[in-house]
Amino acid sequence: MIEAHGLTKRYGQITAVDHLTFDVRPGVVTGFLGPNGSGKSTTMRLILGLDAPDHGTVKVAGRGYHDLPFPLREVGALLEAKAFHPGRSARAHLHALAASNAIPASRVDQTLRLVGLTAAASRKAGQLSLGMAQRLDIAAALLGDPPVLIFDEPVNGLDPEGIRWIRNLMKSLAAEGRTVFVSSHLIAEMALTAERLIIVGAGRLLADTTVTELSASNASLEDAFLALTSGSAEFRATGSTP
Amino acid sequence: MTDRYRFRNVARMEWIKLRTLRSVRWTLLFALAGMIGIGIAAGFNTRNPRGDVTNNILAGGALGSVLFAVLGVLVMTSEYSSGTIRATLAAIPKRPLVLAAKAATFGLTALVAGELVTFAGFLAGIAFVHGGVHRPALSQPDVLRAVALSGAYLCLIGLIGLALGTIVRHAAAAITALVALVFVAPLAGLAATPAGQFLPELIYANSLGATASWPSCATSAPEWVEFRHG
Repeated sequence: MIEAHGLTKRYGQITAVDHLTFDVRPGVVTGFLGPNGSGKSTTMRLILGLDAPDHGTVKVAGRGYHDLPFPLREVGALLEAKAFHPGRSARAHLHALAASNAIPASRVDQTLRLVGLTAAASRKAGQLSLGMAQRLDIAAALLGDPPVLIFDEPVNGLDPEGIRWIRNLMKSLAAEGRTVFVSSHLIAEMALTAERLIIVGAGRLLADTTVTELSASNASLEDAFLALTSGSAEFRATGSTP
Repeated sequence: MTDRYRFRNVARMEWIKLRTLRSVRWTLLFALAGMIGIGIAAGFNTRNPRGDVTNNILAGGALGSVLFAVLGVLVMTSEYSSGTIRATLAAIPKRPLVLAAKAATFGLTALVAGELVTFAGFLAGIAFVHGGVHRPALSQPDVLRAVALSGAYLCLIGLIGLALGTIVRHAAAAITALVALVFVAPLAGLAATPAGQFLPELIYANSLGATASWPSCATSAPEWVEFRHG
């Protein structure tokens, strides 16, 4: 469960996130959809405590991220790709993270197996392909077996096989009863992955809906999305996007 | 079982990170080889029977301090350049705790490694001292103190590197600042001012100065290797 209330973040003149209120519930994949620069990444950084909001609150598992007793056991996150040192092996990277949150070391090999990295686990992580690097970041997110998972644009740059793998992974994680929150600017990809949709534009909430509802109201999901975000697209055209 | 992460959890993470980078091991091995090599060369070339042999043999400290300082910088800046910092802060969102654990694990490692390379360099160096020259021994309190403090200096300069890396976050900028502080500032005349006693280079020279009544030590730091002939 993720709960955001009146979340606001400004960078100088620009309001990246503007009074955003939403809940992300367990058991389904919730898509976080919006054009580039609509505040999705900023919102995710606020959820993870990497930035402090100017107003409002956001809680994961009932607490702010900084107050979680063992963050990796509550929330797994994939932000920008490659959050690891190229000179360290995948296994060593995960061992270090496991130690920090008192996660049993046995969980490292289990997680490596889960993402299909066992064979490459001892190699320098800098030698991994983009798809394999993505799997290592996902392994780090899954390491603590967390009930909440956050993925920021997880399919960017992946080949079709990698995209399908991540899509199925997110669905199965939700089916296990976890909260899965995934951002994207690709409406077609979200249509295949998500059940619920939180749509933002220019930092504001445009819709809190389901894929079924949204496609019923318009000729296509894409039309619905573009109709919803047309206001924020105009905003972008004025050049005030962060 | 603890109810939340503690310093020791974070220190364990930092220790695993430190010992699983090959570049750390190579840098320390290079420092060891350099200290031994320079120690032998200096010991062999000291011909002044009344010269400060300990001082000469520990000349490798100049190389060692550069290596330890750069290592300290990189231990922090590589977190930012590689993106590891995102994984680190996701695991431990309390930044001061991460910094404290990093400083403690790196500091202890650098202290042990610093003493090891300095004693190794000293012992290798005195083995090559000519018969006619007075050979220092670790049983002399002044000599022991000079060697031990020279090793501790390497740890301290490494921590200064870590601190600069934390402030600046970029390796090139941090190393530039470090070279300015450690190697250029003493030459630029700061050494003669009251602030001079806090310059790292002079702390090092003063730890060596413990071996001899050598009043010029504090003002002649850059020339502290002297191969004077009787």
